[in-house]
Amino acid sequence: MNAIREIAAEAAAAQPFVEMRGVSKSFGRTKILSNVNLSVRKGEVIALIGPSGAGKSTLLRCINQLVKVDAGRIWVDGELMGYRQIGNRLHPRKISEVLKQRAEVGMVFQGFNLFPHMTVIENVSDAPQRVKGLSRAEALAISERLLDQVGLLARAKSYPAALSGGQQQRVAIARALAMNPKVMLFDEPTSALDPELVGDVLEAMRGLAAQGMTMLVVSHEMRFVREVADRVVFMADAGVVEEGPPDILLTNPSHERTRKFLERLL
Amino acid sequence: MSTISTSGGDENIVFVHRKSYGQWIVGALVLIIVASLVHSLWTNPRLATDVIWRYLFSEPVLRGVWMTLKLTVVIFAIGLCLGLVLALMGRSANPVLRGTAWAYTWIFRAVPPLVQLILWAFLAALYPKLEFGIPFTDIVFFSADTNDVMQPYVAAIIGFSLIEAAYQGEVIRAGLLSVPSSQNEAAQALGYSGWQTFTRIILPQAMPAIVPPSANNIIILLKGTSLVSVIGAVELLTTVQQIYAETYQVIPLLFVASIWYLVLTSLLMLGQRYLERRYSRGRLTVGGELA
Repeated sequence: MNAIREIAAEAAAAQPFVEMRGVSKSFGRTKILSNVNLSVRKGEVIALIGPSGAGKSTLLRCINQLVKVDAGRIWVDGELMGYRQIGNRLHPRKISEVLKQRAEVGMVFQGFNLFPHMTVIENVSDAPQRVKGLSRAEALAISERLLDQVGLLARAKSYPAALSGGQQQRVAIARALAMNPKVMLFDEPTSALDPELVGDVLEAMRGLAAQGMTMLVVSHEMRFVREVADRVVFMADAGVVEEGPPDILLTNPSHERTRKFLERLL
Repeated sequence: MSTISTSGGDENIVFVHRKSYGQWIVGALVLIIVASLVHSLWTNPRLATDVIWRYLFSEPVLRGVWMTLKLTVVIFAIGLCLGLVLALMGRSANPVLRGTAWAYTWIFRAVPPLVQLILWAFLAALYPKLEFGIPFTDIVFFSADTNDVMQPYVAAIIGFSLIEAAYQGEVIRAGLLSVPSSQNEAAQALGYSGWQTFTRIILPQAMPAIVPPSANNIIILLKGTSLVSVIGAVELLTTVQQIYAETYQVIPLLFVASIWYLVLTSLLMLGQRYLERRYSRGRLTVGGELA
């Protein structure tokens, strides 16, 4: 019985949980993503690294449809994002379906983007009520548990402006988790923080990875990438240059472009 | 909220404040000038304070005050709603809606209020009959004589509301622009619908930038309504003009009107202060304390 379950789990793990096929995106004449393919297994932590302008942020934004792709398809948990495929035609999904898909993909931004007119607990508990239709009591219970998890339950009644950058980012993580997402996207979550505040945020992310959350992280915190990421994807010039386990890609990359980037970073 | 404590053997240390005789002298000078102005006015027998008191709460004046207040509130309410629609149209992805909002603002800010009031009051000269039906067909649901509909107050409310909408639309648009687009992105990423994003996230953050210029607009409108006298509507200023046309007590009656405008403006400013406090939730003050 156990063996069967293990085999089933392995089969599920082999299935891609997030998959991008042939994704392209241009802003005006600038090509941001050019025919990108990427496949992420359930529970996998992917670190996206690369020079600025490589398309890392845009790639994340395509997954939760903040950016509409020009070409290509993206699946999350087997569901085609934004479209229904009938034959070889892609029909746009109903707005309500798109909103539901977005809610299932959590996102954490470089600039935190907390809602400044709401308290910490309101920031975390508002979307579960408005978007998922949870009762106030349910939403508050979830929010309190998550704030406790990121170590900020004591600041529940504070406004974001009264918190440090690191605390704000941990609230932003709790806010995204409150929607019970299938996958979490992190867009340079620590690059706007003072060095001494980075640790707490990375700690929260480390805990999340340990719980088995599927994560795509744009980050240049190399120690974090080395420790937590299952796979590192190096992007440059609108595409994926190479990918591999961190100990191999970060120490012995096979492309000149990757080597040059890492040399400048370290 | 900070206290300075001295420790150890420093207990005898005393701060000496800088003497600011200059400030005292300037302050006293300004006080004397203001007091003498007020005194000379109030003791001037030609001001006829008894006349002011007699008319301040007289029935026709109170009716005028009520009419001014009613016009201001109704016009501003309509202007606010239409202005919100214009601001939303201006942010629309649809170029037809954007263009229409722009053209509306362009025209209604350009044509003088006097011209618009007269135009609406004499609409019958352009359209003798008002019909409501399906365009380009003969189906009519409702038809009326324009002159029956365009009573002076109706014309005043329509004319001023349309102008107010153009100004309020710009005020709201500016307020919405003051909210960083990253807030929109964060709300969308959580799955908020467009309407939820607007009402729960964007608009509350735009309010601190919308309230002060809106208060400005409604105070300008309060006095601007006196223009309706040209199309035969009667409000506060027109009322006192009618009275002094008979009694020749021009100055005291203008004071009566001004006192009421001062009272009404003060009420509006109280409302402004309430709204500003309400929407300052979560904002840092200059001193770095939470509002």
